[in-house]
Amino acid sequence: MERPNWAPGDIDLERPSVARIYDYWLGGAHNFAADRAVGQKALEYMPELRDVILNHRSFLRRAVRHLLERGVRQFLDLGSGIPTVGNVHEIAQGADPTSKIVYVDLDAVAVAHSRSLLNGNERVNVLQADVRDPAAVLASPEVNDLLDFDEPIAVLMIALMHFVSDDEKPAAIIGGYRDRLAPESFLAVSHAGYEADEETGSYRAVRSMYDRSVTPMTYRNKAEFTSLFDGFELVEPGVVRMPAWRPESPDDLEPSGRPFPAFAAVGRKA
Amino acid sequence: MTERVDHRVRDDTSPLDPAVLAGAESFARSWATAVIGSSYVPMTRAEVAQHLQDLTEMLVEALFASPFRTAPGYEIGSRLVDAHFTGTDTLGRTIQLLGDDLLAELGATGDDRLQSRLAALQGALAAGYARALRERTLAEQEAIRAAVLDARDQAESMLRASEARFRAMFTEAAIGIGIADIDGRILDVNQALQDMLGFSVEEMRQYNVRDLMHPEDAGSVWRLYDQLIAGECDHYRAEKRFHRADGEQVWTHLTLSLVRDDHGEPQYQVAMIEDVTDRHLLQNRLRYQALHDPLTGLPNRALFLERLGRVFNNRAKHVRAGLCYLDLDGFKVINDSLGHDTGDQLLVEVGRRLDHSVSGEGKLVARMGGDEFVILVEGSTGEQDIVDVADRVLTELEAPIRIAGHELSVSASIGIVERQLSGTTSADLMRDADITLYWAKADGKARWALYDPERNAREVARFTLSATMPRALERGEFYVEYQPLVRLEDSTVTGVEALVRWQHPEFGRLAPDRFIELAEETGLIVPLGRWVLRKACEEARRWLVEFGDAAPFVSVNLAVRQSRDPELVRDVKRILDECALPPHHLQLELTESAIMGTADEPLEALRALCDMGVRIAIDDFGTGYSNLAYLKHLPVHELKIAGSFMEGLRAENEEDPVDSQIVATLVQLAHALSLGVTAEGVETPAQATRLLRLGCDTGQGWFFARPGPPENIDSLLRGDL
Repeated sequence: MERPNWAPGDIDLERPSVARIYDYWLGGAHNFAADRAVGQKALEYMPELRDVILNHRSFLRRAVRHLLERGVRQFLDLGSGIPTVGNVHEIAQGADPTSKIVYVDLDAVAVAHSRSLLNGNERVNVLQADVRDPAAVLASPEVNDLLDFDEPIAVLMIALMHFVSDDEKPAAIIGGYRDRLAPESFLAVSHAGYEADEETGSYRAVRSMYDRSVTPMTYRNKAEFTSLFDGFELVEPGVVRMPAWRPESPDDLEPSGRPFPAFAAVGRKA
Repeated sequence: MTERVDHRVRDDTSPLDPAVLAGAESFARSWATAVIGSSYVPMTRAEVAQHLQDLTEMLVEALFASPFRTAPGYEIGSRLVDAHFTGTDTLGRTIQLLGDDLLAELGATGDDRLQSRLAALQGALAAGYARALRERTLAEQEAIRAAVLDARDQAESMLRASEARFRAMFTEAAIGIGIADIDGRILDVNQALQDMLGFSVEEMRQYNVRDLMHPEDAGSVWRLYDQLIAGECDHYRAEKRFHRADGEQVWTHLTLSLVRDDHGEPQYQVAMIEDVTDRHLLQNRLRYQALHDPLTGLPNRALFLERLGRVFNNRAKHVRAGLCYLDLDGFKVINDSLGHDTGDQLLVEVGRRLDHSVSGEGKLVARMGGDEFVILVEGSTGEQDIVDVADRVLTELEAPIRIAGHELSVSASIGIVERQLSGTTSADLMRDADITLYWAKADGKARWALYDPERNAREVARFTLSATMPRALERGEFYVEYQPLVRLEDSTVTGVEALVRWQHPEFGRLAPDRFIELAEETGLIVPLGRWVLRKACEEARRWLVEFGDAAPFVSVNLAVRQSRDPELVRDVKRILDECALPPHHLQLELTESAIMGTADEPLEALRALCDMGVRIAIDDFGTGYSNLAYLKHLPVHELKIAGSFMEGLRAENEEDPVDSQIVATLVQLAHALSLGVTAEGVETPAQATRLLRLGCDTGQGWFFARPGPPENIDSLLRGDL
């Protein structure tokens, strides 16, 4: 007899979790020794990693604010992780309290924590699901009861798709979401990556540690990243290195002498 | 999330003097530059700068306040943490910057009092920061642990729900389910399986799977079981019987599956067992009906053939078997005269007697249909075994059968085949038994006949001949030879007998005794005889043309069937006409039985031929049964005395007085009836001399000439020889 697929796996605190390692890097304490060990090790390989992580978070803030300005009031945050400060609903509901947000993550602990924090917020739902299965996500009551698919929705994939390998067909996954969206909906993606000639030993070291201890990782170059936006029109400035996407001040563009190892873009469904 | 931060520490206009304010602003900018990037704060760079500006003003106010208090420093440290300046570098840089730059920015360098106050505020800020961070860290640790517990609860409750569902499925399933470990110890069985087998869970747990072996289990069931336990296959299906607690049997469909552990090692076995007893019994009944004769209850043809097939499939070297193929004699008469009911009852009784007389291991009595039965004897040791069975059956059938007031005596004919099985097939066996039954019938019924391969070979050859004869006639494989009929008085050739031959492509040259009887049976004698007649008449016509008055007549044999053919007279007339042969140049030879046994109609045909001028001869006279009184009135011209009487006249210096007397008497008889006499089989000069002395008119035989092609006759007539 096989275990039914809806029964959860074991919750093993000895296994590092993507969501908790992120929290650690962001200065949170929603993490355990195993998470911190990986987080510290990664920082040893790649000291600038903390800056990269902060930048993903910063891109999230800038993208959500931009989308709010464009009138979007519904957000589907895929791979939302541990709810650290500056989350989507804080930004969106700060701007318009009627904004609706659904957080989706596979990590049972991240989801349980999100639920306990958001208990009482009528306009936020948390779904435990595998975001690689758009049909299951889109069919869930958490998504359908809250979001109106006749209205624009912003789908957020922040620091997510570099955990989806080519074998898992990332374009098809994104297509699964895109096809349900109304026109004027958006897709915001930030993604670890660089051009082939920019690769360093530290990037490889981080990836191989992730492959080994956490979850397999796939860096993508600009062309590969751009192909994820099939069926979307890119919003200005198009696909850029992450800090260059609508920076809030010129100072955000600290010249570090080396191309930033992540891409970001926002696309609009035509 | 819930920790919303009001970045504005104070909204009222600062009471500080503008120079100090300007210094504070300048410091705040340095502060922002120093700490940005050391922590993640969900603010823009401008928002960070504003936030730190507010905190700087608060600090400067506290620096100059009277009375001096350190509480604001504590508060500032706490607010940094609230704004998520949680990176510890932030605190370090802040303390350092305060010590290095603040008093200078305020234009108060060297002010010991302010220096001392600032140190106190730095200390308070650090303490406030540390305390807030500690609380925040503890709160987050607690929150994440609570989340883990929640997630586990959630997972466990789903697992419990899932297990409850599976338990319900196991318990409530209508199909029997049992689980055993890899050694076969039964761990659990569901209610359906308990009901099916009549044992409780506790009782079942006492058993090993191997205890459930049933003597009738197919070998494959346990062979597959061993493979499954060894991990060589993951599941299999089988038909299997089980003993119930009450001693009854249950027929089931069994599906056994192997459950492996995480490492792929066999761990459990799960059996799904469906009770198919009802279906099985129904199938059995249907199968019984399909394989038995409803009238007698005996196995039917299908079952017999199946059993016979199995005997042949399982054959080992030297294994023998025998068959009795039995058919009632005259059953049709009983059926027709007394009705089918009586016929059916008779068959039932015959079936009962057969079954009674041959019951036993390895013997099978079956009704093949109609009044045919067959007895199969497996493992016979020789023909005698089967002959004994046949004798017993014939004896058993001797006692009259009483049905509806009739005492019916029945007999049967039986064909027996017994042989070693290797080298033969069931079809051979059946065919030979059938042939042998036919022999028993032909030999006089109420008996058995034993298969005889030589007899069969002869019959096969006969059959082959009769089957190929029609085409042989078309292809011209027949030809005619002529043997002279010689007047004894002066050795003149007066006639020739036409003798048909068959140049068979396989068997070579065949004499009439090989095929005439067959041709009679098949009816081919009529066209063959007509062909011979035409051939002979054509030859006779040729001799007439070539030799005129010296030309011989032709004597052609007429078979019984030909003599009774209504077309005979017309055929003969047409052939004579077509060949332009005067009728007295043709003689037809018939046997005694053909002429004596004839009814009126053929006799009329003979008269018509006779009237036409055709000569009629009786062939082989003396070997059949002639009505001498009748003979006087028959349209006959010639008697041909059979060659067998010539034996005694053969030797040169002594003769058999009896044969001599018979021939003399026959000659006298013929002459008394004004008939000519021809002696057949004249092979020696002595015979010719004696026949002449006895008054015989004509002789025929090797002494004069052997049968040969027509050219030989030509030579004789020309006197070449």
